[in-house]
Amino acid sequence: MTLKAVVNNVAQMPVSKDAVVDIQKLTLTFQTADGPVYALSDVDLTINRGEFVSFIGPSGCGKTTLLRVIADLEKATSGDVSINGVSASEARQNRAYGYVFQAPALLPWRTIERNVTLPLEIMEMTKAERVKRAHDALKLVELNGFEKKFPWQLSGGMQQRASIARALSFDADLLLMDEPFGALDEIVRDHLNEQLLKLWARTNKTVAFVTHSIPEAVYLSSKIVVMSPRPGRIIDVIETRFPKDRTLDIRESPEFLEIAHRVREGLRAGHSYDE
Amino acid sequence: MTSDSASLSVTYAGPSLWIRMMAGTTGPVIVVLLAFVVIWHVAVIYLNAPTQIDRYNRAGQDWTAAQLISDTMMQERPILPAPHQVAQEMYKTIFTVGITSKRSLVYHSWVTLSSTLLGFGMGTFLGILLAVGIVHVITLEKSLMPWVISSQTIPILAIAPMIVVVLGAIGLKGLVPKAIISTYLCFFPVTIGMVKGLRSPDHIQLDLMRTYNASKWQTFWALRWPSAMPFLFASLKVAIAISLVGAIVGELPTGAQAGLGARLLAGSYYGQTIQIWSALFTAAFIAGMMVYGVGRMERRVLERMGARP
Repeated sequence: MTLKAVVNNVAQMPVSKDAVVDIQKLTLTFQTADGPVYALSDVDLTINRGEFVSFIGPSGCGKTTLLRVIADLEKATSGDVSINGVSASEARQNRAYGYVFQAPALLPWRTIERNVTLPLEIMEMTKAERVKRAHDALKLVELNGFEKKFPWQLSGGMQQRASIARALSFDADLLLMDEPFGALDEIVRDHLNEQLLKLWARTNKTVAFVTHSIPEAVYLSSKIVVMSPRPGRIIDVIETRFPKDRTLDIRESPEFLEIAHRVREGLRAGHSYDE
Repeated sequence: MTSDSASLSVTYAGPSLWIRMMAGTTGPVIVVLLAFVVIWHVAVIYLNAPTQIDRYNRAGQDWTAAQLISDTMMQERPILPAPHQVAQEMYKTIFTVGITSKRSLVYHSWVTLSSTLLGFGMGTFLGILLAVGIVHVITLEKSLMPWVISSQTIPILAIAPMIVVVLGAIGLKGLVPKAIISTYLCFFPVTIGMVKGLRSPDHIQLDLMRTYNASKWQTFWALRWPSAMPFLFASLKVAIAISLVGAIVGELPTGAQAGLGARLLAGSYYGQTIQIWSALFTAAFIAGMMVYGVGRMERRVLERMGARP
């Protein structure tokens, strides 16, 4: 396969009808004591159903902010954000997405099972339903058998898996993940990436994934959004054509290296070193 | 190899009792207690000797150092009573008189304890209520917090008689005015601790609740309240001790009818230092037991909340 066959610049592609996330002319400025900070500038982005989209860029490029705007945890200064055809705030109220943070953020006084059922309690599901869903979600992240353990009894990787189970428990179609494996070592990370891919293939969820690891972005994604800082903007959108049931082996393939190269070029072009 | 390990197990008998005692809390506590008793005895001799010598002189009596030392510990109204005098008095007033008698320390302790506990309960409730308001409503934070803090700058000894007199005028006597003074003292640490505790959840945890579109109420019960538990118990330990202080202070202006405060006051009227010290030790013991009780409750609650053993 040539580079052209594998990689497509989709920035000019027409907006699909099946868009889960549709962002138009998004700008976000934080007012700080030192003057305004331009976190995001003129961002256009579409995420279609079933896609795995990675946001990659150096720190300060606004990739986390962009994810938080989608989650309605930050308000856009201007521009349109629509999730499943409604506003971000409405989507949040409909519990349209599960969010996985950089840290597991498990509540230490709850068992793993009760951490997973936390969103279900807030959604006022019956106890039987909650237990059943927690069981299913924990099975998806291979944590069954740990229901009655407290978070401190689990390793960091297992805690992050529990937090993914929590995000999956109420079966939202959209999964927003903010550098979920950033604090974990390489080996655990590889393992969790594999598990995440399996999960994506099995559940057909739409995933938006923030990372600053190029191999992670290329390995996981069906679409890679390359961003640059000050102001945060999208400088390249790369589509990959790896099958959903890809394995870690693809990382040695020429296609993989070509895409990684293109991501790296994009990051280099977007980064001004003359500061 | 086998003979080696056998000889090892024979020669090594474990740390001595002395080392084990000093490594735990028992040893240090005993050492401090002994030092305290020694200092106390020295102080008894030093403080009571002048009056004792004076007494010898007036009686025209010869005396020896040994006699002086033994007599300073047996005065009826010493400046500082000896430990065994206090112990005897406590034994007499706790175990040998009926608990309904006005001379029983158990009776007086109960009078003080009941208003302490009532005041502690009301103070805790008020403290938590204020903290919840302050954390959730910005106006309350700005308007209440300065009052909460300045309330504690007023000396309780000055305000306690006012409270007793004012409440007495509207027909509230006995238990309630004292409990209100306790409440006044003990809501403060609870409010301060709970404001901090209810604000202790991370940003990330609050964001998490937001992604679930949780209501303020749900966020409170699922996140803020459990996060605040360690802060609450730290505050309660302070609150229950000063609640006792409040109850005792509240008994002083009531004309010394009943309670440990009344015992203190009556003792000072009649120069009954032994009685004063017995009441003081009883109060200290009650305070200690109450703080211990709160500590036990804390351990049990935090254990149920999955705290690391």
